[in-house]
Amino acid sequence: MKTIFDKIWDSHVVNSIHDGPQQLYIDRLYCHEVTSPQAFEGLRSRGLKPLRPGRIFCMPDHNTPTVDQDKPIKDPVSRSQVETLQRNAAEFGLEYYGLDSPDNGIIHVVGPEKGLSLPGMTIVCGDSHTSTHGAVGAVAFGIGTSEVEMVLASQCILQRKPRTMRITVNGTLGKCVTAKDLALYLMSRISTSGATGYFIEYAGQAVRALSMEGRLTLCNLSIEMGARGGLIAPDQTTFDYLKGRPYAPEGEDWDKAVEYWKSLCSEPDAVFDYELEFDAADITPMVTYGTNPGAGVGIGGVIPDDATDRELEYMGFRRGEKMLGKKIDYVFLGACTNGRIEDFRAFCSVVKGRKKSPGVTAWLVPGSRQVERQIESEGLGDILRQAGFELRRPGCSACLAMNEDKIPAYKYALSTSNRNFEGRQGPLSRTLLCSPMVAAASALSGVISDPRELV
Amino acid sequence: MKQKFDIIESTCVPVKIDNLDTDQIIPARFLKQTVRDEGFYGQMLFCDRRFNADGSPKAGFPLNDSRYSGCILVAGANFGCGSSREHAAWALAGYGFRVVVSSSFADIHRQNELNNFVLPVQVSAAFLENLFAAVEAEPSTVVRVDVPAQTISFDGHTESFELDPYKKICLMNAQDDIDYLLSTIDDIERYEKSHS
Repeated sequence: MKTIFDKIWDSHVVNSIHDGPQQLYIDRLYCHEVTSPQAFEGLRSRGLKPLRPGRIFCMPDHNTPTVDQDKPIKDPVSRSQVETLQRNAAEFGLEYYGLDSPDNGIIHVVGPEKGLSLPGMTIVCGDSHTSTHGAVGAVAFGIGTSEVEMVLASQCILQRKPRTMRITVNGTLGKCVTAKDLALYLMSRISTSGATGYFIEYAGQAVRALSMEGRLTLCNLSIEMGARGGLIAPDQTTFDYLKGRPYAPEGEDWDKAVEYWKSLCSEPDAVFDYELEFDAADITPMVTYGTNPGAGVGIGGVIPDDATDRELEYMGFRRGEKMLGKKIDYVFLGACTNGRIEDFRAFCSVVKGRKKSPGVTAWLVPGSRQVERQIESEGLGDILRQAGFELRRPGCSACLAMNEDKIPAYKYALSTSNRNFEGRQGPLSRTLLCSPMVAAASALSGVISDPRELV
Repeated sequence: MKQKFDIIESTCVPVKIDNLDTDQIIPARFLKQTVRDEGFYGQMLFCDRRFNADGSPKAGFPLNDSRYSGCILVAGANFGCGSSREHAAWALAGYGFRVVVSSSFADIHRQNELNNFVLPVQVSAAFLENLFAAVEAEPSTVVRVDVPAQTISFDGHTESFELDPYKKICLMNAQDDIDYLLSTIDDIERYEKSHS
C-alpha cells in the first residue's frame, strides 16, 4: 500500500499533533553560511545548544570566491558570513568543511559524494535545492531559517505531510538528452507550480537508466516544479555509487543497510495522490527563453505565443524567434544542478579537440574540491585548457551571484544552473538554462547550438 | 516578529504579478547579513522592481504609489516560489505587511511567512481578481481578515481560507514551533532509542 515516501516519512514521525503538523525526526541537517547565522543566533538567545551535533554538517558555499580561494575573501560582508559559520561550528562542535578543507564544496554536491546522504534518511537544509539528496532514496527538502533553528534545538521539525505524486518517464532518452533536459521538459509541461504541495517520486525506465549524477540533477530541480522534494527508489546504481564513500556503512553494516534499503520502494499497489506519465522519446535537448525555469522549449523550437510580454521584454526576445543561433555572451557550467564530474565529462565530450569561441566568457566551476581533483585526474582539465577554457574553484558562483561572479546587465548567459529569474545572476542579467552539452556546443560557436551535431 | 493575530482591517497594496519568486522579493545580494534585521530587509523588499539602479523609486510600482498603503499585500499566483530564503518573509514583515493574499503560495515560503507571523491567505482566483479590481478602482477599499473565523471580506465579498489549526493557535497566541518542540525532548529521546 505504501509509497517509498510514506515508508520513510512515517518511520520518522515522533509525534502527530491533533489536526496539525507532524513532528518529524531529522537524520541530517546541512548548514551553509547564508541561511544559518540567524538560526544559531536564535539558539544562543534561547540559551540552547544543538541537541544532536553529530548529525549536523556545515560548509560555506554561496559566498565563496571562485578565484584566489587561498586568500582572504575580499568582500568584507561575505567574509563575515563565512567566518560566522566557522565560529558557530567551532562553538557548538559541528563538523565544518571550510575553504581550506579538501572536503569543501557546494553542500548538495558534497553530501552525496561523502556518503553523508543515504537511502531512507530525512535530510534538511536552509536551501531549496536540498531536494537534490532525494536521488539516493531519501526524503530531503529545503527549509527556512526558523526551521533550521528548530532542527538545531530539537533535531526535529514540524511539517504537514505533503501529498504524493509519481512521475513516470517511459522509454529511453535520446542522444545528448540528459537528466537536465528531462527536468526542463517536465517543468515546461507542468509549470513551476505544477507540483506545489506534493513530494515527487520519479520512476520509469528512463529514470532507472540515469546515473547517480543524473538522478541528483533531476531531483535537484524538483523544487523548480513547485514540489517540496523528489526522490528515486534506491537500486544497484545507488548502492554502487555509495559503496566505499567515507560516511557510508562498511562491512556487515553495509550488508544490513543494503538489505534495508532494498525494502525502500513503492509497493505495486501503492496509491499516489497524482500520477503523470511521459515518454522519453518526446524529449530533445532543451533551453529556456523566459524568466522562470518552466519557460523552456526544445532547442530546435521557437519562442511560443504564450510567452509573456514582461519576460520577452526582459530577455530582449520576440515570439516566434528560433532559439538556435541566438548570440550568447557567457557560459556557466556548475552549480548544485550540474557541477558534478559527469557534467564535466559531458562538457568535455563536446569540446574535445575544438576551440572556445573568442566572444564567449566561460565560467567552469566544479561543484566540490573532489570534483575538481577528479577533473584533473581524469585528464579533463587538459582537454578544457587545450580548448581555451579555464577552470575556476568550487562554489555556488554565478548560479545566484552572491560572490563576484555576476553576469553584467543585458548580457546573455547560457547556464547549467537552476533559475533564470529576473536578476538571479546579477541585476538585469539574461539567463538561459540548459544542459552541460548544450552549454558546451554553444561555447564553441558563440550562439545557441545543438550538441547532437558535434558528438 | 511574534505578535498575536485576531481581526485585521486594513487597506491593501496590490502587486498584480504572478510567480513573484523570492529572488525578486529580496535579491541574493542582500542576504549577506548575519542578523535578523527585519528593518533592513523591509527597506530592500522588491528592490529591483521598486527602485532604479540609482536608488530612485520606479514610477508605477505599487509600493511607490501613494494611493496604496496598509498592512495587507495582495499578490499574483505562485507567490514566493524559488529559493527557500526566509529573508523574503523577514522583508515582508519588516516592511510592515502582516497578511499576504494570493491565489497560491509556494510551500516553503508559505511556511516561512507563518513562522514569522505573516499570514498567507489563499483565496480563489476569482476572489483575487475581484479584490485586485476593487482596490485598483478604489484604493481606500478596506479588507477584513478575521483569523478566528478564517474569513476574508471586502465590499460584501467574503471567502473563507484554510489555516492549520495548530498554526492558528500559534498565531493567535504568538507562540512559535520551538516552544512546542522543546516540550517534547523526552519523546525525541524515546524515538531515538527505539530507532537506533
